[in-house]
Amino acid sequence: MFDPAILRRAVGDAFRKLNPRQMWRNPVMFVVEVGSVLTTVLFFRDLGSATAANSAFTGLVSAWLWFTVLFANFAEAVAEGRGKAQADTLRKTRSETVAHVRTADGALVEKPSSQLAVGDLCVVRPGQLIPGDGEVVEGIASVDESAITGESAPVIRESGGDRSSVTGGTRVLSDEIVVRISSKPGESFLDRMIALVEGASRQKTPNEIALNILLAGLTIIFLLAVVSLQPFAMYSHAQQTITVLVALLVCLIPTTIGGLLSAIGIAGMDRLVQRNVLAMSGRAVEAAGDCSTLLLDKTGTITLGNRQAAEFLPLQGVSEEDLADAAQLSSLADETPEGRSIVVLAKERYGLRERELVGATLVAFTAQTRMSGVDLQAHDGVPARSIRKGATDSVRRWVTEQGGHVPDGLEPIVERISTSGGTPLVVADNTRVFGVIHLKDIVKSGIAERFEGLRKMGIRTVMITGDNPLTAAAIAKEAGVDDFLAEATPEDKMALIKKEQSGGFLVAMTGDGTNDAPALAQADVGVAMNTGTQAAKEAGNMVDLDSNPTKLIEIVEIGKQLLITRGSLTTFSIANDVAKYFAIIPAMFQDVFRPLRTLNVMHLANPHSAILSAVIFNALIIVALIPLALKGVKFRPLGAAAVLRRNLLIYGVGGVIAPFIGIKIIDVVISAAGVH
Amino acid sequence: MSAAAWAQVAIVVVALAVAAPLLGRYLARVYGGGAAPGDRIFGPVERLIYRVCGIDPEGEQHWKVYAYSLLAFSFVSLLILYAQVRLQGHLPLNPDHFKGMPPVLAFNTAVSFLTNTNWQNYAGESTAAQLTQMAGFAFHNFVSAAAGAAVGVALVRGLIRRRTGNLGNFWVDLTRTCTRVLLPIAIVGALFFVSQGVVQNFHAARTVTTVEGATQTLPGGPVASQEVIKEAGQNGGGPYNANSSHPFENPNPLSNGVQIFLILLIPFSFPFAYGRMVGDRKQGYVVVATMFVLWLGTSLAIMAFETAPSPVLAQAGASQAATATQSGGNMEGKEVRFGAASCGLFAGSTTGTSTGAVNCAHDSLTPLAGGTVLLNIMFGEVDPGGTGSGLYGMLVFALLAVFIAGLMVGRTPEYLGKKIQAAEMKLVVVYILAVPLAILTFSAASVLLKAALGSIFNPGPHGLSEVVYAFTSQANNNGSAFAGLNGNTTWYNITGGIAMLIGRFFLMIPVLAIAGSLARKQPVPPSAGTFPTGSKLFFGLLLGVVILVVGLTYFPVLALGPIVEHLVGHFHV
Repeated sequence: MFDPAILRRAVGDAFRKLNPRQMWRNPVMFVVEVGSVLTTVLFFRDLGSATAANSAFTGLVSAWLWFTVLFANFAEAVAEGRGKAQADTLRKTRSETVAHVRTADGALVEKPSSQLAVGDLCVVRPGQLIPGDGEVVEGIASVDESAITGESAPVIRESGGDRSSVTGGTRVLSDEIVVRISSKPGESFLDRMIALVEGASRQKTPNEIALNILLAGLTIIFLLAVVSLQPFAMYSHAQQTITVLVALLVCLIPTTIGGLLSAIGIAGMDRLVQRNVLAMSGRAVEAAGDCSTLLLDKTGTITLGNRQAAEFLPLQGVSEEDLADAAQLSSLADETPEGRSIVVLAKERYGLRERELVGATLVAFTAQTRMSGVDLQAHDGVPARSIRKGATDSVRRWVTEQGGHVPDGLEPIVERISTSGGTPLVVADNTRVFGVIHLKDIVKSGIAERFEGLRKMGIRTVMITGDNPLTAAAIAKEAGVDDFLAEATPEDKMALIKKEQSGGFLVAMTGDGTNDAPALAQADVGVAMNTGTQAAKEAGNMVDLDSNPTKLIEIVEIGKQLLITRGSLTTFSIANDVAKYFAIIPAMFQDVFRPLRTLNVMHLANPHSAILSAVIFNALIIVALIPLALKGVKFRPLGAAAVLRRNLLIYGVGGVIAPFIGIKIIDVVISAAGVH
Repeated sequence: MSAAAWAQVAIVVVALAVAAPLLGRYLARVYGGGAAPGDRIFGPVERLIYRVCGIDPEGEQHWKVYAYSLLAFSFVSLLILYAQVRLQGHLPLNPDHFKGMPPVLAFNTAVSFLTNTNWQNYAGESTAAQLTQMAGFAFHNFVSAAAGAAVGVALVRGLIRRRTGNLGNFWVDLTRTCTRVLLPIAIVGALFFVSQGVVQNFHAARTVTTVEGATQTLPGGPVASQEVIKEAGQNGGGPYNANSSHPFENPNPLSNGVQIFLILLIPFSFPFAYGRMVGDRKQGYVVVATMFVLWLGTSLAIMAFETAPSPVLAQAGASQAATATQSGGNMEGKEVRFGAASCGLFAGSTTGTSTGAVNCAHDSLTPLAGGTVLLNIMFGEVDPGGTGSGLYGMLVFALLAVFIAGLMVGRTPEYLGKKIQAAEMKLVVVYILAVPLAILTFSAASVLLKAALGSIFNPGPHGLSEVVYAFTSQANNNGSAFAGLNGNTTWYNITGGIAMLIGRFFLMIPVLAIAGSLARKQPVPPSAGTFPTGSKLFFGLLLGVVILVVGLTYFPVLALGPIVEHLVGHFHV
């Protein structure tokens, strides 16, 4: 965050941002800038004519007002800094490439990538950069997407299905593919990504706009209070200098939050980028904080991708070890994750090692037989075996066909596994049924605690799965989700989102397939997986480059953290004003009304040092809070009441007290340095 | 403070604690739609009114129509009242043969009663005809309070309703407030006041010779009927210049206590009704608690400052101890019938509400008590404020509190499930800006302009307080005067009138617009992640926001007025 290169560039940017046309967009800091100009003019006008002390005082106030503006600009520039650095890297990737466009008659024509049109078919060969966003329409290839995701392992992209989308600027490593271009040059994913991380396309978010309105309103109120103070002061025979009035005004208007507001927003987006999530709009980040319902796909989010063998359940008269042995033999050649998990479980539980199979014939799983297994020839006195594992019906039929008998004990075991949400695999050897392997979904470790945290924050989790209701209920219970949608079709998902939204809930979901696109568009926060289809990415308002659906939870937390940081600093900023009044008002009027010194509760040395201390505190607090604004207030998954109590204490009560201490310390320092 | 002083506070608090929740329950039924108690009695009367006026009582109004209705009603009745005070010399029921008011005074007076302010740049017993008092002022005392109730109720409906633009019907809310709330209280209250010796007649003023042999003019008039609604509707404009310190308006400690009770009753009932209407009584309790703490705190402070000996009177050698024959404390500007403590309680209540009736001279309060009274009005008449207006004022503060601190729970701010967004914040900003704009601009101009400076009787900080008090009272539609200032000048009549209009309509229209905007929204159902607005924590936050926002706005001017006056010790005697 505080990379020296970024800081150096930010210093320069802080000065460039002084341009009034840019400052105007931030009314609070614009007022400070106007005050800085005004006091600077006064300083030069009075230079020589006024008393030395007054002139020096005006000069010092003026300098610190400029610092105040610069510190605020600096905060924004630092927040933008990392994004800019990242954008520079991305821009290099975007460098002009040559596209090989296949014309209608099949000939290849070379075209600069910047002149591609939507619908062009480009042939991309190994080693070449994909010239633009699109879909693979022919072929399969491994693609290096590290330029975008930072992940160096190549990914497979193939025509048809949910892995067909490719991003311009990524490189084909092997094989040849034909890509149909789907975005105009300049509007590609990479272009949007550059604009996003750089903050060029940053629009103020709805809450930021509302907050700006409040800050502008407060600024006007304080402007009124300060401008009207001069007539009251004149009536009281205590006319004030413009410098002092400007100093009072700047101290009162909410410069702390005004100066840090955009930095907080940019840093929030940046925190998402650091987690490889691209938010297409700041609005989506705020919506993430507001989400009250999360729709989570079971597979990959709640459970590990595949089912795993959990236990061996032998029939009467069969030892567990024999069952494990048979199961392992049947799975040694089975490269599916389920098959491997059986081998692993047999090894873990019974110390059964993997063996070389002699004279074995592997029987592969087919959709017709719904079984897999192995046939072993007799050797060294060991009789021949024919082991199968598979769906209950299939194995039952196979055993009966062999002339065997299926014992009654099988049915209850199968039944029990099914009702618990698992999948039973029956193992048999020729005519003899050995028992059942219990395959189950493995709930990710720690996920239940995450859901508990979400519940405390008032967020409901709904598991979406294609499983039957029985299986779904079992997993939902184990994972601790609040609700589930079983046998979910895309239509069901859409209906659920609409139902939640009509009840006032904001919904967040992840998705990757084309059939997820309508739901992604309907959801308040739709996170598309980068591995997903182009349609899904277009429909969502965020893209997760890591394609990790669990990240939805982090996204919600980042959204909340952004809002908490904004609220905390707003509260702090307003609470600060109390101390500033106690510093400045007595300083302004104690020469005329000596007893007003009673209000000088901080016992500040003299009027000039008091006012200057308040101005300096006001400037330095911006710098002091830059790290907090960029990193965000520490986030805890607690209920609203607990979070509020804590933050009110720190930023509300703390906001009242801190400036009393800060201003006093500064006063001691500068009065020792000779300000009078 | 003496035991008797504490007892006065305790009696008022207990009476309110019993009556306000009950009245609140009744109000919730009156405004809630559906059957309400007393339909058989009030129903026919109201139906007659609707038929005569051509009102469709079932007709729901969009917020803009609701606001237009309010404005149209206000504009027409302003013209009528203006005409009446100008032409009163030619109208009946004028036994003292008062002439019409001059134009600028008539403008100020008409605006004053229209806006529920009742600022009086005239002395009633020497200016206003009895018909003007009855059909002009007392009439407005009813309808201006009822209009406040209508706006308050419209805001509550905005919070409750979902996906609609409609806020109810202004004419129905106006009518029902008069028939079902104000008139019953007024009838009972007026009879009670008559029983205590408040006058109620159509006599002209009589000149009598007192036992001392001096001559004295005893005014008459329909006083009791106006007195009751003056307090119950938080109007404050009495038939006589001395207001509730006049024995014909407020004869004895019992009538005094009932007046304080009436001032506070309806405003404290509204938040109870609010809690019931939104279906979560805790929401109402938070509002009540905030109002109550502010009212009690300021009232006790004023009582404490006034019952303590005044340093200036002590220097003059006056005995200020409480004895069997005197109540003690700063007795300047007090009625001996009531004493310093009662003055403090009355002053805290009349300024915490938008009433402005007085039973002692606020100009004679010690600087700290005077400053507290001023601050109390600056809170914006929310502790507990006026009929309906106290509620909407406090709810706007609640929206502000939710917006500032609500983000700290990690969600965009919402109140009762309604998101507070840019549209609402714009309106909240207009609301919180309007009154300070009027007060500070007009006050500042008044101390710069030579012509205006001539109105100030007391130079120095006290004079500044007098000017600021005048605009604070008018812009917040309070109507009490600090006195010591000649308000009946072209400058003060016109600027004061403008301040009152700003303080009324630049708050009411934004409130209705907020209500309209909120009514359209779909509420977010409450969960563990919802900002808790029905909690003790929110009560503390709301209290803090009211004090902080108001304190920060007015601290400089308070510092140069009452605070300097207190510290410097140049007490006005």
